[in-house]
Amino acid sequence: MTKTHDIVLSMRDVKKHFGPVVALKSMQMDIRPGRVHTILGENGAGKSTLMKILVGVYQPTGGKMELAGQPYSPQSPTEASQQGLAIVFQELSLCNNLSVAENIMATHEPSRYGFINDRKLRQMAAALVQDLGLPVNVDAKVGDLSIAQRQLVEIAKGLSHPAKVLILDEPTSSLSDSEAEILFGIVERLKARGTAIIYISHRMEEIMRLSDDITVIRDGEYVATRERDDTTIEELIALMVGREMDEIYPPALAPVHGNPTTPAIEVRNLTREGEFEDVSFQVLPGEILGFFGLVGSGRSEVMNALFGMRAATGELHLGGKPVSFRGPVEAIRAGIGFVTENRKEEGLVLGAALRPNISAAAIPAFAGQGGFLNFGAERQAAAAEVQRLAIRTNSLETLAGTLSGGNQQKVVLAKWLLTKPGVLILDEPTRGVDVGAKFEIYRIIRQLASEGTAIIMVSSELPEVLGLADRVVIMAEGRIKATVSGADLTPEHVMAYATGTSK
Amino acid sequence: MTQATDPITTARGHQLRALMLQYGGILMALVLLCVIFTLLNGRFMTVANLTNILQQVAVVAIAAFGMTWVILLGEIDLSIGSIIAVAGMAGAQALGMGMGFVPALMCTLAAGAAMGAINGVLTAKLMLPSFIVTVATMGIYRGIVSLPTNGAPEMIANPSWIAIGANSFLGLPVIIWIVLVLFVFNHILLSRTTFGRRTYLTGGNREAALYSGIKVDRLKIAIFTLSGVMAAIAGILLSSRLYSAQTNAGMSYELDAIAAAVLGGTSLAGGVGTMVGTLIGALIIGVMNNGMNMLSVPYFYQLIVKGLVILIAVWLDVRAKQRRA
Repeated sequence: MTKTHDIVLSMRDVKKHFGPVVALKSMQMDIRPGRVHTILGENGAGKSTLMKILVGVYQPTGGKMELAGQPYSPQSPTEASQQGLAIVFQELSLCNNLSVAENIMATHEPSRYGFINDRKLRQMAAALVQDLGLPVNVDAKVGDLSIAQRQLVEIAKGLSHPAKVLILDEPTSSLSDSEAEILFGIVERLKARGTAIIYISHRMEEIMRLSDDITVIRDGEYVATRERDDTTIEELIALMVGREMDEIYPPALAPVHGNPTTPAIEVRNLTREGEFEDVSFQVLPGEILGFFGLVGSGRSEVMNALFGMRAATGELHLGGKPVSFRGPVEAIRAGIGFVTENRKEEGLVLGAALRPNISAAAIPAFAGQGGFLNFGAERQAAAAEVQRLAIRTNSLETLAGTLSGGNQQKVVLAKWLLTKPGVLILDEPTRGVDVGAKFEIYRIIRQLASEGTAIIMVSSELPEVLGLADRVVIMAEGRIKATVSGADLTPEHVMAYATGTSK
Repeated sequence: MTQATDPITTARGHQLRALMLQYGGILMALVLLCVIFTLLNGRFMTVANLTNILQQVAVVAIAAFGMTWVILLGEIDLSIGSIIAVAGMAGAQALGMGMGFVPALMCTLAAGAAMGAINGVLTAKLMLPSFIVTVATMGIYRGIVSLPTNGAPEMIANPSWIAIGANSFLGLPVIIWIVLVLFVFNHILLSRTTFGRRTYLTGGNREAALYSGIKVDRLKIAIFTLSGVMAAIAGILLSSRLYSAQTNAGMSYELDAIAAAVLGGTSLAGGVGTMVGTLIGALIIGVMNNGMNMLSVPYFYQLIVKGLVILIAVWLDVRAKQRRA
């Protein structure tokens, strides 16, 4: 920290108490213009409290903040944005029924006497989008865009005010690698203009690539700040979790039931017009098959078809026997579990407690005579899963929506473990999940595999696929481009197939 | 976020607290109303009058049980007022054709089930919004009531049918027994069975329910059918008390039923609500109607007061829930 850049934003000894609960104690930070400053910490470490203080949602209980040399204590998000702090939230805050331009300019539309000047609004939005180099049409309805495109619109919206400091809260959590590249391009451009960027992400590779400075926080407390070139992923993780984590990816365990030869699931020539074509693969019991592909490659569509959510032609064999599903009910009954990509939309009932969420896919297992639920058995089974997956909660009656992302994801996993699936499909199992929870999810995947569950793991995080999978299927443009295993499982190899540079 | 303590032992106490949080406010409102009416009129707090209130509230309460299911699913059923009328007319016609009591009862329930099932099928299979579907069937069913008699009422003379509204059993009017039995039935079905659990999950998040292997369409049809049957039972009670089937019977009862459910804490977004809450909500409506009638409050003032009470109750409820969050 000897560089003599100007400091645009500083925090000294900032505290936040909620009654007796200390959310943040003694936080310090120096943000410099034209640099990317990453805040690194596990979920619950205090990152979101910190961000909310910066943008004026919360007022600190103690400490000092300065923005461009002036005391800074925003009383509301509006005040923060007027003073030059912009934030792009992880949760999308767009209105799907309005156009991209209308969303970007929301709350400060060019208007006179309350009448909006549509042409000017469109022009301003278009100029901003062009300036940022975003591949989006400002006239498109947000509801028609992909999640990734919406994320980019969200960023444009955040930058529609001139900003000295831009906060990006996990901006890549729903982006594929190629889309993330667009985002990184934007970040570079903003840096060159002198904007300071506060960056939050769980993806270590990305952090190492993008950041200039990295501040680690743990349990609401400042731990350390490092310059990117002076640190390593291992050091950062150790600082973050407060212990050495020798291996992010746990090693494979010995199979409990020997080495079976009949595939648990075999797919032949699965095809659905316009989505995927001629998809064939098989997974042995105890095997982890990685399914890698960029967003839009058709991977999630294939999984939905396997689960009976959408019709497709082709053959499906489970344990050597041909099957066909008309809906998820039959797929679940046949022993397929599906941890879907989007836990908030397809995975959880956020307004319901953990117990009914965990038992949701296994209701028949708890149905006694006359359709009565066996609450005792349900509670016991749910409690056992909470224990096994180390879900952090003080009660089974806690609402699912109040848990952190990592714990929510474990609840979805618990739901499917209760169905005792022979084949478990995991679609992006660690998206938006902190390192600690990630490690636990990986451990469970390994354990399930050793017990003979066939696992299909769809992921766009290459290190994760390489770290866990026995074999990797690479999809692009709705087709399987290659299946690689053993010594061929290298990042270069897999990416080459996924991006179509290798045949 | 604390470390996982033993989730099994903590569940009980949590439930009791949740129960108080859930019904405390609405129960207090009910007690408060009773106190006010008792102070204003000495005859309010008598066994005879309380029994009277229960009898008056029976039709709305039963319709509201059905409505609660529909709202829990995140849907709405505006046709139940019309179904109440059709059911009464169906019963009266069946009896008029010389059918016995039990066959006529069965016909009436079947008519209610059929009308509910039509709502369900149109909503689930044609994927039309239930608000639109039931606005349409509200009109259609209301029109059908008048078909057999050209708009005239149909008198009912069957002694068993009349006995439902007139007789007592073990000191309580039969109508009240029916409400209690249906309350227990619906409460148990909702809180203790897989059917009830699936309803909560689907109302909470339809997509997640679908992926968890719940047959959402089938559930929707079943619940609209159940709502139709409840409305038909309400229609039987009403026609029994009126000794006749009236073409305008049950007019705007759907609104009272929705009000009862919402007063009782049922969320119009789906996934949250209980039969206990709905029963309390129906009682509040009944107490208000009865109390104001006893005080000879003009009808138009009653409408204004009822509207205000509903607004205040829901506002208090929403505020309490926000504080909790």
